[in-house]
Amino acid sequence: MMAMAQKYFWRGLFAVIMAAGLYATFLRFWGGLGASTNLSDQFPWGIWIGFDVLCGVGLAAGGFTLAATVHIFNIKSYHAVVRPAILTAFLGYLLVVVALMFDLGHPYRIWHPLIMWNPRSVMFEVGWCVTLYTTVLFLEFLPVVLEKFRMHTALKIMKGVTLPIIIAGVILSTLHQSSLGSLFLIMPDRLHPLWWTPLLPVLFFISAVATGLAMTIFESWHSSKAFGRQLEYGLICNMTRVLAVITAVYLTMRFLDLSHRGALATLNEPGIERWMFGLEIVLMAVPMLMFFREKTRRHPLAVYLGVVMFLLGFVANRMNVSVTGLERASGVTYIPKWSEVAVTLAIIAAGFAIFRLAARYLPVFEEERHEDQESVPGTRIPTLQGAAAQGD
Amino acid sequence: MARAILFDSTQCIGCRQCEQACSEGKKLPYDDKIAAEEKTSAHKLTAVRTYGERYSRKLCMHCLDPACASVCPVAALQKTAAGPVVYLPERCMGCRYCMVSCVFGVPTYEWNSRLPYVRKCDLCADRVPKGEPTRCAEACPTGATISGDRDELIAEARKRLAENPEGYYPRIYGLEEAGGTSVLILSAVPFDQIGYPVNIEKTALPQYTWAALKHIPDVVVMGTVLLGGIHWLTHRKEEVARKEGRS
Ligand code: SF4
Ligand code: SF4
Ligand code: SF4
Repeated sequence: MMAMAQKYFWRGLFAVIMAAGLYATFLRFWGGLGASTNLSDQFPWGIWIGFDVLCGVGLAAGGFTLAATVHIFNIKSYHAVVRPAILTAFLGYLLVVVALMFDLGHPYRIWHPLIMWNPRSVMFEVGWCVTLYTTVLFLEFLPVVLEKFRMHTALKIMKGVTLPIIIAGVILSTLHQSSLGSLFLIMPDRLHPLWWTPLLPVLFFISAVATGLAMTIFESWHSSKAFGRQLEYGLICNMTRVLAVITAVYLTMRFLDLSHRGALATLNEPGIERWMFGLEIVLMAVPMLMFFREKTRRHPLAVYLGVVMFLLGFVANRMNVSVTGLERASGVTYIPKWSEVAVTLAIIAAGFAIFRLAARYLPVFEEERHEDQESVPGTRIPTLQGAAAQGD
Repeated sequence: MARAILFDSTQCIGCRQCEQACSEGKKLPYDDKIAAEEKTSAHKLTAVRTYGERYSRKLCMHCLDPACASVCPVAALQKTAAGPVVYLPERCMGCRYCMVSCVFGVPTYEWNSRLPYVRKCDLCADRVPKGEPTRCAEACPTGATISGDRDELIAEARKRLAENPEGYYPRIYGLEEAGGTSVLILSAVPFDQIGYPVNIEKTALPQYTWAALKHIPDVVVMGTVLLGGIHWLTHRKEEVARKEGRS
């Protein structure tokens, strides 16, 4: 009974969100940006850039971090989560492109940067990287589809080019994850000193790596619920430990930078900035402290809460850089219109729905191990036992 | 021979002839209601603003190294040798990064249009390369706005400051702001009192992004070597095992 009620609740919510999103879409493409957003000449970028694009790309970072972990660093115990991570990344990027189509004044010109070059532009670089990387993700995910339809020859060809594709993917990700931070380097006198720093690209990169990991844990948790699989505690425990370390590096850099630039003094100034800054830091620092404790790492619910908190902290950071930190200099307050929120929610909901479908009908969560046996003969037996032991 | 504008706010009487001439030249509607809006917008490329007894003009500053042109992913905004920063609407994809990046808050957007474009002053790019004055300068009855060669206008501004030190705040706005602009401004009071942002970086803003962008080739080359190397190292044991297994 409960389960049924729950199912209908989620379906109903999904339908409502989609309906609102559809109506907002109509508003956007019929009435223009003025009718569908609260953007203005003073505040030209809102949540479609700040959340849908900046956060979207960051939350999809699991693809490259795990592809690198498994295929480059050869840490096989992570093999089981590579595919879901790549699927999330691929979907994430596709949805970012969809979101961008809403935000661009001339969406059908989204391909312009490919032929109209301005190599001095960070946005130009981001455009190229995202295009190439989405292609790479498609290629990285292709084997899953080929496997499903048992296209063995194609699968073999794909195996041969895996390494260059993975390396290209990691480099492209490094470039554009950091470049999303570089976008804001052009406004040293307007972005609040709590967020403007020449280190923006580095900080964006590190927090994206951490977020990729957090998203992977988040997904494993959910898919284990949805598909009734065992949660791979050994692996998850390990990932939360790595997450804690990366977050520690990130926060240390963040505070060193703030203190070197003397920006911490602005915390004495009244205003929304210091609270939003505090929120962002707390949401990241608390999970970090939690995950440094062995006990918490072994507690599934604590892991889940910690990871969600971390993800919210990441979102808070991106929103602060793109919205909160710019409001004061712009002289206006920006609060998104309902239609902006509706579009964003619809995109998220669509993401969840597509992920579920793909996870159900494609070998995303199963069969990695058999595949592993084929690809690395010789070492598979001890490795697999190790992975299995850790996984259970 | 880059063209520029010198706006001497001490001589401005707020008659808005410059606004009207600009709108007429750009075939934009202009009436009393629009005249009363003291800000630039998609239908008003320059605005005269009132600060008590004083007036100031807002228009694109035509930076020497403009942030807007450097950030535009499709090079829809370009600094021309003649001085104007021009906009090529057929390239623009509407990302509005130019608006976000401009420290003077200049580019505006056609928010109510279904296929909107960016609008801003283009320093009468159809005239100044031929040595003609801008429309606003031509229309100005008092000589508060004049156009001409940038170096000559700087010399003129310096002369005014030297001849009448009492009457002026002792700086030329636009000489160094954001790396220098093609619109130069004189004022009797500190510039923030008549609506111009102060404390703007003296370096051209594109330097900040370039500092990050220039590392890209290194990241690509080093990254490939590094990742390839790590892959080789971490997979070596397997290679060896595989070879031994075969032989
Ligand atoms: S003032 Fe703004 S819009 Fe005008 S050239 Fe400079 S950066 Fe571009
Ligand atoms: S809105 Fe148009 S002109 Fe402005 S940066 Fe984007 S593409 Fe370039
Ligand atoms: S036309 Fe000249 S005097 Fe009249 S408002 Fe414009 S700048 Fe001032």
